[in-house]
Amino acid sequence: METAEQIRDRLLARFPGAPVAVVANPGPGAQHSLLLGASHAADLARFLRDDPGLRLDFCSNVTGVDWLDREIAEAAKPAAPDPAGAPAMEAGPKAARIQPGYLEVVYHLYSMALKHGPVVLRLRTGNRSDQVTVPSLTPVWRSCEFQEREVFDLFGVTFAGHPDLRRILMWDEFKDHPMRKDYSEPDDYEWEPTPHGEVLPKARRHYPAAPAATAAKEGPAP
Amino acid sequence: MSDAAPAPPVPTDAEREELRRHGILLTSMEELYNWGRSHSVWPLQFGLACCAIEMIAASMARFDIARFGSEVFRPSPRQADLLIVSGTVTKKMAPAVVRLWNQMPEPKYCIAMGACAISGGPFKQGYNVLKGIDRFVPVDIYIPGCPPRPEALLHGLMQLQEKIRGQSISGPDAPRHLQAGTTCDYPVPQFGEHDLVPTKNPAVWQPPVLVRKEGA
Repeated sequence: METAEQIRDRLLARFPGAPVAVVANPGPGAQHSLLLGASHAADLARFLRDDPGLRLDFCSNVTGVDWLDREIAEAAKPAAPDPAGAPAMEAGPKAARIQPGYLEVVYHLYSMALKHGPVVLRLRTGNRSDQVTVPSLTPVWRSCEFQEREVFDLFGVTFAGHPDLRRILMWDEFKDHPMRKDYSEPDDYEWEPTPHGEVLPKARRHYPAAPAATAAKEGPAP
Repeated sequence: MSDAAPAPPVPTDAEREELRRHGILLTSMEELYNWGRSHSVWPLQFGLACCAIEMIAASMARFDIARFGSEVFRPSPRQADLLIVSGTVTKKMAPAVVRLWNQMPEPKYCIAMGACAISGGPFKQGYNVLKGIDRFVPVDIYIPGCPPRPEALLHGLMQLQEKIRGQSISGPDAPRHLQAGTTCDYPVPQFGEHDLVPTKNPAVWQPPVLVRKEGA
């Protein structure tokens, strides 16, 4: 099968200027993915599905990734290496840059006809709060429908063009998005017989307040 | 009323056994009533997760819950005596379970089968799983296990039969529906914006108070 770079080049040849980029995977699996821009995503996806060399007719998996705001420390590098060998790192103050977070939707595509895959697509939202719309790929692959609903439910990504965008796992009145990294779960840790690990601080908030008060109520210990 | 006749002596078990050998069955209304009740406990045909598979196995020929009179799994809560909560109760499912329980006629009993129904089990720390159905429904028998074997379910059923036989028609040991001031209607939790509202029924369940060591 073609590599991600080859697919990107063919997409660019077919759609000149379309926003396509390869996101490299540094792991040993080297499963590089294609980052599609929101403007052309549906056209690019349709090309991947219909191209006779690819025939990616099956979308097996849709999932989401939550990328929080990242603080990137940029050390102010000296313009030229100091020939005297003085410690250069002390010179400039570190500039902290906030890289805004975003939500990402990942699609895994296979070809049943040509028996190859996967090709991984990524779509990214503008940020995590108000620009959370990406184009839906359900018109291209019908199997995306429920899984895009799941991403909508658990991550809060809105899919433009989805035929039936509702919550699928949580109830309709639910307001949160539980798979986001800053989700805080409801506090129902009032009964933890053996709390440990990360449950321990949560359970501790429900411990009876003053041991002295209970001791006074029960009387002196024998 | 000093001239009233003294109460007839209650026959001992040995005397009753002697009478039974002569073909005379001596019993009380209460005993007969509970004997009949305890041997036709009809469960609701209702499964939630993998524990339901064990419940189904218990109803099949190898384990055969029919030996205990409970083979008639009813498709309607109106005809059921026993709610076997067999599996994980998600918060989305919890109002439906409480509603089913409310629709069952008294006298009714509840078995929490498996770790999930008792406490949430392996999903206890999840945001979407109810940490025990006993937060909303009064549970009579808890069967631990993940999932419990069919034998464990049968044992739980036998324990429930013991419990039914121990109930009397009147007095403090009477079943719930024969006591004054009790209700068969349990509040159904509503779907809230972050969690169920309320998260528990305080009349049914309160967190037990553990005496903990300093710094525990």
